Amino acid sequence: MTLAPERPLTVTPARPERPVGGALVDQFELGLDAPICLTWELTYACNLECAHCLSSSGRRDPDELTTEQCEAVIDELQRMQVFYVNIGGGEPTIRPDFWHLLEYAVAHDVGVKFSTNGVRITPERARFLASTDYVDVQISLDGATAEVNDYVRGPGSYDTAITALQNLQDAGFVDAKISVVCTRENIGQLDEFKALADSFDATLRLTRMRPSGRGADVWDELHPLPHQQRELYDWLVANGENVLTGDSFFHLAAFGEPLPGLNLCGAGRVVCLIDPVGDVYACPFAIHDQFHAGNLLRDGGFDNVWKTSPLFTELRSPQTGGACTKCSHFDACRGGCMAAKFFTGLPLDGPDPECVKGYGETALAGERTIPAQSQDHSKSNPTRNQPVMLQLLTRRPDGSSDGSGVPVSACAESPLAGFSPTDPTGDPLAAASPSGGCGCSAGGAH
Amino acid sequence: MLDEPWTLSPSVALRPEPFGALAYHFGNRKLSFLKRPELVAVVRGLGDAPDVRSALVAAGVPDAQHDAYAAALEGLAATDMIRPRTEVPA
Ligand code: SF4
Ligand code: SF4
Repeated sequence: MTLAPERPLTVTPARPERPVGGALVDQFELGLDAPICLTWELTYACNLECAHCLSSSGRRDPDELTTEQCEAVIDELQRMQVFYVNIGGGEPTIRPDFWHLLEYAVAHDVGVKFSTNGVRITPERARFLASTDYVDVQISLDGATAEVNDYVRGPGSYDTAITALQNLQDAGFVDAKISVVCTRENIGQLDEFKALADSFDATLRLTRMRPSGRGADVWDELHPLPHQQRELYDWLVANGENVLTGDSFFHLAAFGEPLPGLNLCGAGRVVCLIDPVGDVYACPFAIHDQFHAGNLLRDGGFDNVWKTSPLFTELRSPQTGGACTKCSHFDACRGGCMAAKFFTGLPLDGPDPECVKGYGETALAGERTIPAQSQDHSKSNPTRNQPVMLQLLTRRPDGSSDGSGVPVSACAESPLAGFSPTDPTGDPLAAASPSGGCGCSAGGAH
Repeated sequence: MLDEPWTLSPSVALRPEPFGALAYHFGNRKLSFLKRPELVAVVRGLGDAPDVRSALVAAGVPDAQHDAYAAALEGLAATDMIRPRTEVPA
């Protein structure tokens, strides 16, 4: 456990009093007894080498949890009443026991949404998936055309994803998700993505590109430009009801009206990551020592880490200081994404690097140190799947100019994408999440 | 609704939380948040009470709040978290 003492969060010393009733975000801010948006990355191994992989995946870690250890985690999630889990990686389906663990989870009242690049979604697997309840499939696609997608995800990855979607549709699988990381390259394709999703009877899910994992290396080149943020916001205002976004874009709420979805950083409060070796982090986008809460093998199980980690206790305090709390948009934007700030070297209580008021750009222009990665499972040698982007990349964050050894693989996963606990009337008694949970199970009708 | 018999749906699980409870429906995969402990007590008690009003009384909800609770329960009914009880309990 590495809780860096200099973490610049403003902390209220005692656990704050919890209000009764009131807005849901105020409850979420103080944390829950178990996460509602738990991501579990089963392996760091991946067949692809995506330029922006949030977990710097590529190679399997020799210490990845065994089948028995994974089953024990599922047993514990069942006891904690974690009703569903987002499974990712790496590419989770290349774990030989993946399909077994899927069935094991469902049999233990833990529904599964898994993210895949589609590589193992054969017609036969698609038929199996169509026959199960409580399983949701999400295919990653970062371009509506092969050209745009393969540039960041690698050659052939568009065809792989489309084949998987076709197999699911042919098998009668209802309501697959197409998950898109919004980048400078694909913001102009939002309508095309929607049409593509419609053609597969799938739901479109848009997530924010965060500078996590290998994403840090390509963030400067890929993150949407300020006018594209506006374009995205306008598109979401017009079409947001029919797409899943989770907590991706609440920093855009400062443009004006709030967007559907969760308007709060849920890290360590309602969001959490279990990584392939059992390390627990505050958020899938925060795989770094500074956000490491413990290890479920060494620290008495996931429940214990979730409930007693000093890091999580600290994160479950409302932010009371910092530049953003003085901003008139703070209520809507809450200062944006903790991971985006951290991995761009900005203070955690200051503006988001993509602050729509432009304070992020000012902050980025100032003095800052981009934190070194604390883990990297990228392949040491690029393979034929390496995306063109990485071959072209000439500038490395460490100052070296050789992009050739840049790692490989997975797919950005928003911890809360699809999460929309509407509280439209502000009903003091009950609130419903219309699309179901955090979107991992969202809208699943099968 | 107040004079009708209702019950928690069989496919719903309640997870206690500091503010009340999370209700999760394994069938339609909807999640609801019961934001007061009293509401949780009402929902848990529905199945054993002859009607909704008795469940409210048993949970200590003052008469003046019955309509507000009924509205919240209607909301839960919309996603099948709770449903009307047709059979008379033995
Ligand atoms: S992605 Fe960002 S905003 Fe969302 S939980 Fe993680 S750190 Fe918070
Ligand atoms: S200054 Fe902070 S709170 Fe205000 S809009 Fe920017 S990121 Fe959001």
